[in-house]
Amino acid sequence: MDAGMDADMDDGLATYNFAYLDEQTKRMIRRAILKGIAIPGYQVPFASREMPMPYGWGTGGVQVTASILGPDDTLKVIDQGADDTTNAVSIRAFFAKVADVATTTETAKATVIQTRHRIPEERLTEGQILVYQVPIPEPLRYLEPRETETRKMHALAEYGLMHVKLYEDIARNGHIATTYAYPVKVEGRYVMDPSPTPKFDNPKMHMSDALQLFGAGREKRIYAIPPHTDVVSLDFEDYPFEIQHFEEPCALCAAQGVYLDEVILDDRGGRMFVCSDTDYCEKRRAEGHRGHLAGDTLEAAE
Amino acid sequence: MAAGAHIVEGGFADPVFASQSVFRAVMDAMARPGPVQAIDTDLRPPAPLNIAAAAVVLTLADADTPVWLGQDLARDDAVKGWLAFQTGAPLAGLPSEATFAIAANAAALPSLSSFALGTQEYPDRSTTLILQVETLTEGEALTLRGPGIKGSETVAPRPMPGHFDMQWRENNALYPRGIDIILAAPDAVACLPRTVRIGEGES
Repeated sequence: MDAGMDADMDDGLATYNFAYLDEQTKRMIRRAILKGIAIPGYQVPFASREMPMPYGWGTGGVQVTASILGPDDTLKVIDQGADDTTNAVSIRAFFAKVADVATTTETAKATVIQTRHRIPEERLTEGQILVYQVPIPEPLRYLEPRETETRKMHALAEYGLMHVKLYEDIARNGHIATTYAYPVKVEGRYVMDPSPTPKFDNPKMHMSDALQLFGAGREKRIYAIPPHTDVVSLDFEDYPFEIQHFEEPCALCAAQGVYLDEVILDDRGGRMFVCSDTDYCEKRRAEGHRGHLAGDTLEAAE
Repeated sequence: MAAGAHIVEGGFADPVFASQSVFRAVMDAMARPGPVQAIDTDLRPPAPLNIAAAAVVLTLADADTPVWLGQDLARDDAVKGWLAFQTGAPLAGLPSEATFAIAANAAALPSLSSFALGTQEYPDRSTTLILQVETLTEGEALTLRGPGIKGSETVAPRPMPGHFDMQWRENNALYPRGIDIILAAPDAVACLPRTVRIGEGES
């Protein structure tokens, strides 16, 4: 009859609805997304579904992506900054199959980017949507295990416990030792877990041009940060928030001021530091940037 | 009331892709309050329900979401029958019980505080008001600031409820509780999430 019906039938056998989820589930998730956007940083409960992948593999992000994705979208999926790791490859293949969307590894070409634990180095633009996979959405959970209590703390904006935690970091280590999932305050109201991104990425959330959506499948929560929204990393006047700095540039593309992964090369202490964002690194190398281990001299020698 | 053709017909010809594109327009409007998002659909709702308002309801409402209808809509059996058939949503008796409220006549709208405002623990349990307007560009300009807005934006809806500025400031003061408004001109929407501040002079 129409395109929707055709998509449901394949050789007379029923297949999945567009983007896997049924329409009632999408409506429920879409309602949660709108509430999340209207109350930035507040965790909206939603009826998370079983997905054809285990919890911990990004079921929350996948459900959010499935609910917003349309046939005109171009999807990019990254896992710790990489387009080519198992989680990213399988989720990208999943949506190519069930939603028939275009996929890309180029940050600038994507309209929807689903991410596990990184924000791309390239500045996101107006109209792009970043979907985070979130394991534990409650920033206060390791400080207070009871949901009834953490909910009350959010209701009263009572976040003293989080500051005590950061203070204890300083008392024990001389500095705030939290390096990932570093808590932020959104629009001066809700303390929010940015998901286990390195704190290096926290400043990118502040006043971003892109819409940021967070999905936690096992914990059944969705939250959001609209574009151009105040996102402040918690700190103290005498111990201000700081991001990680790296001594050396990327060994492959010589980029500085980006987040680097350490790669062990041998059992004699050999190591290299390379961009965690593979697309960024590849793009720089294509532009002719070379790090000290880029391998060109070796190729030339051969 | 007989279930005539006027109730069964006029829905989305292709609900999966139509609701996806309407949702993206509404999500964009909610994430970036101010700019008007076009709603392009083949819906033919019974008057006085307008096309954009109908599109938003068909996209978001279902059996889980009680819908409250403003006076002009609640009086109209064709509208009630059409919405019941197309969405399966139960009607809410009171505005405070509604997940969605649709109003075609701003002048007859009850005060914003009579809708569900959520609780301090669950501010999401609040009403989303779909308010039909004639225009989003030719009314009195409202200057908007807040999350989703770079600097400031304007939207010029008409007609708006009485004492809207004051009512909206009261809604702001309830934050994180409060209602969100989707303004629906016949062919476009613009949103006023509870975080939006209207007409403040600060830079």
